[in-house]
Amino acid sequence: MSAITPPAHGIGMPVTHDPHPPGDNYLTHGRGIMSWLFTLDHKRIGLMYMAGVLASFFVGGVFAMLLRTELLTPGPTFSSNKTAAWNFYNHAFTLHGAVMVFLFIIPAIPAILGNFILPIMLGAKDVAFPRLNLGSLWCWIGGAVFFGYVLLGGILNASFGWHLPGGYGLDTGWTFYTPYSSGQVGVGGTPYQHGTDGTIAALLGVFVLGFSSILTGVNFIATIHMLRPKGMGWFRMPLFLWALYATAVIQILATPVLAITGLLLLAERIVGVGIFDPHLGGDPVLYQHFFWFYSHPAVYIMILPAMGVISEVMSTHSRKHIFGYNFIAYSSIAIALLSFLVWGHHMFATGQSPLSNAIFSLLTFSVAVPSAIKVFNWVSTMYRGDIRFSTAMVCALSFLVLFTFGGLTGLFLGALSTDIHVTGTYFIVAHFHYVMVGSVLFAFLAGLYHWWPKMFGRMTNLFWGNVGAIVLLIGFNLTFFVQFIAGSKGMPRRYATYPTEFQSYHVISTIGAYVMAVGLFTIAFNLLHGMIKGKRAPANPWGANTLEWHCPSPPPHDNFPVEPVAGDPYDLKSWQWDEATQQWVLDEERAKTVAGTEPTTHHH
Amino acid sequence: MLTTILAQQLYLPPKASTVAPDVDALFNWILGITIFFCLLIFIGIVVFGIKYRHRRGHEGGNSPGHSTALELTWTIIPTIIVLIIFYYGFRGFLDQTVVPPNAYEIQVDSYMWGWGFIYPNGHVNPELHIPKNRPIRLVLTSRDVIHSLYIPAFRVQKMTVPGRYNRFWVEATQTGEFPILCAQYCGTSHSEMLTKAVVHEQADFAAWLEKASDLSKQPEFEKQGPAWAGAQIVKARGCLQCHSLDGSAGQGPTLKDLFGKQEVLNDGTVTVDENYISESILDPAKRVVKGFQPIMPSFRGSLKPQEIDWINWYLKSISANYKGGSPPMGAPAGGAPAGAGGGQQGTTQPILPSSPAPVQGSGTPMSNRPATPAPGGSATPATQPPGVPR
Amino acid sequence: MSELVNKQQAAVALAGDTFSEQRDPHHHPPHVAHHFESAEQQFSSAKIGMWVFLATELLMFGGLFCAYSVYRHNHPEVFEFAHTFLDKNLGAINTVILIASSFTMALGVRMAQIGNRKGLTICLILTLLGGLGFMVIKSIEYRAKYEHHLWFGAGNQYSKLYNGPRPHEGPIQQHSDTPALTHGEREQAAVAHQMAATTLPTQTFGPAFIDPNAGTGDEAKIKPNQVMPVGLAPAIMAQQAAIEHGGFKDAAGHTDSHHKIAFEDLPQSEKDRVATFFNIYFLMTGLHGLHVLIGMGLITWVMIRGMAGAFGPLYYTPVDLVGLYWHLVDLIWIFLFPLLYLIH
Repeated sequence: MSAITPPAHGIGMPVTHDPHPPGDNYLTHGRGIMSWLFTLDHKRIGLMYMAGVLASFFVGGVFAMLLRTELLTPGPTFSSNKTAAWNFYNHAFTLHGAVMVFLFIIPAIPAILGNFILPIMLGAKDVAFPRLNLGSLWCWIGGAVFFGYVLLGGILNASFGWHLPGGYGLDTGWTFYTPYSSGQVGVGGTPYQHGTDGTIAALLGVFVLGFSSILTGVNFIATIHMLRPKGMGWFRMPLFLWALYATAVIQILATPVLAITGLLLLAERIVGVGIFDPHLGGDPVLYQHFFWFYSHPAVYIMILPAMGVISEVMSTHSRKHIFGYNFIAYSSIAIALLSFLVWGHHMFATGQSPLSNAIFSLLTFSVAVPSAIKVFNWVSTMYRGDIRFSTAMVCALSFLVLFTFGGLTGLFLGALSTDIHVTGTYFIVAHFHYVMVGSVLFAFLAGLYHWWPKMFGRMTNLFWGNVGAIVLLIGFNLTFFVQFIAGSKGMPRRYATYPTEFQSYHVISTIGAYVMAVGLFTIAFNLLHGMIKGKRAPANPWGANTLEWHCPSPPPHDNFPVEPVAGDPYDLKSWQWDEATQQWVLDEERAKTVAGTEPTTHHH
Repeated sequence: MLTTILAQQLYLPPKASTVAPDVDALFNWILGITIFFCLLIFIGIVVFGIKYRHRRGHEGGNSPGHSTALELTWTIIPTIIVLIIFYYGFRGFLDQTVVPPNAYEIQVDSYMWGWGFIYPNGHVNPELHIPKNRPIRLVLTSRDVIHSLYIPAFRVQKMTVPGRYNRFWVEATQTGEFPILCAQYCGTSHSEMLTKAVVHEQADFAAWLEKASDLSKQPEFEKQGPAWAGAQIVKARGCLQCHSLDGSAGQGPTLKDLFGKQEVLNDGTVTVDENYISESILDPAKRVVKGFQPIMPSFRGSLKPQEIDWINWYLKSISANYKGGSPPMGAPAGGAPAGAGGGQQGTTQPILPSSPAPVQGSGTPMSNRPATPAPGGSATPATQPPGVPR
Repeated sequence: MSELVNKQQAAVALAGDTFSEQRDPHHHPPHVAHHFESAEQQFSSAKIGMWVFLATELLMFGGLFCAYSVYRHNHPEVFEFAHTFLDKNLGAINTVILIASSFTMALGVRMAQIGNRKGLTICLILTLLGGLGFMVIKSIEYRAKYEHHLWFGAGNQYSKLYNGPRPHEGPIQQHSDTPALTHGEREQAAVAHQMAATTLPTQTFGPAFIDPNAGTGDEAKIKPNQVMPVGLAPAIMAQQAAIEHGGFKDAAGHTDSHHKIAFEDLPQSEKDRVATFFNIYFLMTGLHGLHVLIGMGLITWVMIRGMAGAFGPLYYTPVDLVGLYWHLVDLIWIFLFPLLYLIH
């Protein structure tokens, strides 16, 4: 309920706007750990998110490596005891999924890049509700603590046989399907709690993380509605903002349903309320409806901001106006709305009525169209451009390749009869990873590389960045392409062991996973090196025309001393390369003309 | 033809059901579309990337910021394509859903972590045996959590949901053996919840069912006696998913040297004898060995007293703690373990690694000929799932 | 909303301030955060944020309403049987209380707008009292449910998980293979327990279960709907008895269908699901109650600030937003009451 905004400066406190001393920026504006932990500055909150989210990414990645290693051979790897090895695998893939989905991909782009860039892109000093923003960060931390507890419990249990109450290990799969997760599964009328105690802590974590997501969404919607600058009508907004807006709509409409589903499942698990557990008169398929009503839109929470990043990067680094601005903007909104109508396609094989299946299948295909439009528009943006293969651009092109392939394989899953054959197999795993990891991760990296100079005022090394991105791309395809084949040949997912005929696929996949790790470490070192030792970045290293490039790198505490006036965000021709100073310079006359060509519909 | 062979070798399992060719056709068709559009985009990226790359002397040109005609084209064409795919997918799905009227019905029971296929005559088999060229209707449910019956070669899959019945049908077009897998995550041994579908010629199927339904009529029974039959049941009913034969503890205690052993329970101790074994099979949760969870399903109503006797004989045969005599060889297994000469100590020869043989039925006379199952009676499953189907 | 903004603009104009002046950082009013240009912008942002947040609240309850609809649709008899355990009178009183408190809240916002500090405080205190009254009555209802083993989860006598003592039976029954009590027997025992409860002389305020048929050997027709304050019992008992014998008919000539479903009338498959109704009831009203508590906390906070004179024509955003929240809480109850208490 902190949606109320109390005055940020307290009552009666004088507000001064001193010009910033030269060299003062948001990184140096305050000192000490407290100035970070309790900052209200959206940029610092973005960086705090970055630290946490990337740490989670690392943890999720470790689990990925562990489970791929277990799958190298059909036999048990990490323990000579089969039961122990299978349990280990089941915990590993569950935690990999849960950590990656809830702690990494969902917050990655909106919470890190969105928080950092959105207000600056709007020419604003901050998001509408800075305290809510801080609250959202702390909700995220709270959620992460719950997951840490599950993790710790799992380790203690495996090492010493200790049982932390409510949280040792988690082996339900990240989807928490009932009745397995509700744990009241009783055969022959005997309820029992099996070894998935971690469900309780993990669900609490998901619940708290949901609040983090909701608060971010509320903030972004209010900010985009109220804090747009002069000259920025809705259709002068950078496409990244459109994407974040669409994402925020999904966040606030879908996440509460996840929250209540989590509460119901907790109640089911702890006191046995009998809503999902058939043993108590409940319906396990109802859980799936609830869960996917959130979790399908949630995949668009992941991919929409990624698409926004790609729009920015493709246009900037091709030095071309984005092609088909309106179609891209509308398609973001279309995806956000349609995403709520397709959840049933996760349940084609559960025994839904054929009519529901048909409707969900048809609606699912309807989401494919706006995605296709975007891809065509991005490629067309390159036409007659002046393309710079910066690391951001290399990542964005990787995104295009992987998203195209991942998206098209979705057609197999949307079509009813083929979905029945491949659902629950590695085909799904591969499709999901192409779209969520291949696409979102690469878009996230593209965004990091694109805005890294803005965040830290330093450039990254082009060569090593590109090497890392290409190694990652190769590793990714090695890992997941063969999974399509394994899946369509009938290899079910979440298998700790498998028939030997599938081993060759698993071996390639595991090798690919190691290659991915190499690529990611290269990128990590490249980014860190850039942050600390990179060449000083000018205010506008790419010659882009969105507002964040009009303020210094790194930005000062208040971003803009005077509210800027927005023009066409994709008018890259306003910026010309000046050989003498080796910088992009703004053609003021042209910028003014362009800014004046569209009637502004500003709220003032 | 070549593409069919390629498809089967490279990325699809063998086609063994009537719906498989349609599914594969749609699969290949979508694959074609996927390849076409991927190439289109990839080539676009590569060509533009090379042609318009930044280099000395190259300047970006001007081009329109949008083109409604172009954009409508790539809105409408994908829309048409996906609608076509939807249509064929839906049609194929209806083919899989609408059961032909003369279908032979088999009930499917699933549990952590095994399958039971229940035939109209009451025979329960851990494998799905079906006649070729005959529509088979499968009615599925689960005793505990959600599983999914997946037969890749038939291109069919359906979840087994506790508390309700799901159904689908299939008609095999090839004889042979095809893997069946559980495709819905269901706990520790999810990946070992495998079995197979065996397709017989119609005439062979009748003979198979008749024979399979009566263990004591198996030739091995004559040779090896009731311990052999017990071993078949132990194997067929998925006991080994949790109870090992090598002395290591799994989800449940090992069966090796179990009979005659002094077991520590959660409250008290027990010497494992016929009574305890029988109770543990029928009321597993009643007296649980210390250190284990009461997760074993009850086999009440699904194993007959005679079969439990056979299991007892089998457990005796693999226990060093059992000091009694061996069973009467080839006796029709009245269940009385009585004297019968004490010479032989439980066979050291492992019975289990022999080829799998189905189980059950014992005394049940074959009332139905398999090819003509009882029309109405088969609708009731042998095992009632928890909760009530709607 | 725009009306409010206009009023605020007018107020600002009266105060001799103008928006153009506000844009000048040196004239930034103290209650406007540094990243907003004007009070108007800040107020609208807060309003948007609050409405969006309320949308998330609605969707969260929406999940529960959805679960409710699914079970109500699939098991209508269960709901019709089980809801009669709820006390319509107390529910109705609570509805009135909440609506009244919504009114005082709205009045409070008006007081804040016109800068009437005393009026604001009084209105907020009245609202708080309303919330308190609601919670007290709710807790009385909960207590009765708990005492009669109509609690959630394993505390509900209809749940398979129920392990508790059977009234008048003494020993704890293991509810496993062969329950010692059939549902019918349990029901009888529960009724006997209810009877015992009514005779307690100390229970003068709390509701009790009174069954006119208890002890008549007619338990098969026992209805659980006679929940009422003891003081009213005799009159209502007579009325119930009349209904029982078909004496009371509604305008259409049907006897009150409320009383026509007994536990024994339920199909066997539905008996296990009676507990689900109570679980849904507790989840919905519990989550709602939690919102009432949060609302009361917020009102207290606003009240303290209001007494310190923080609000006036220029700045009353917190009062306004808390008001919106309180109306939402009220609105949700207005849906909960008929859905849970007044099923036909």
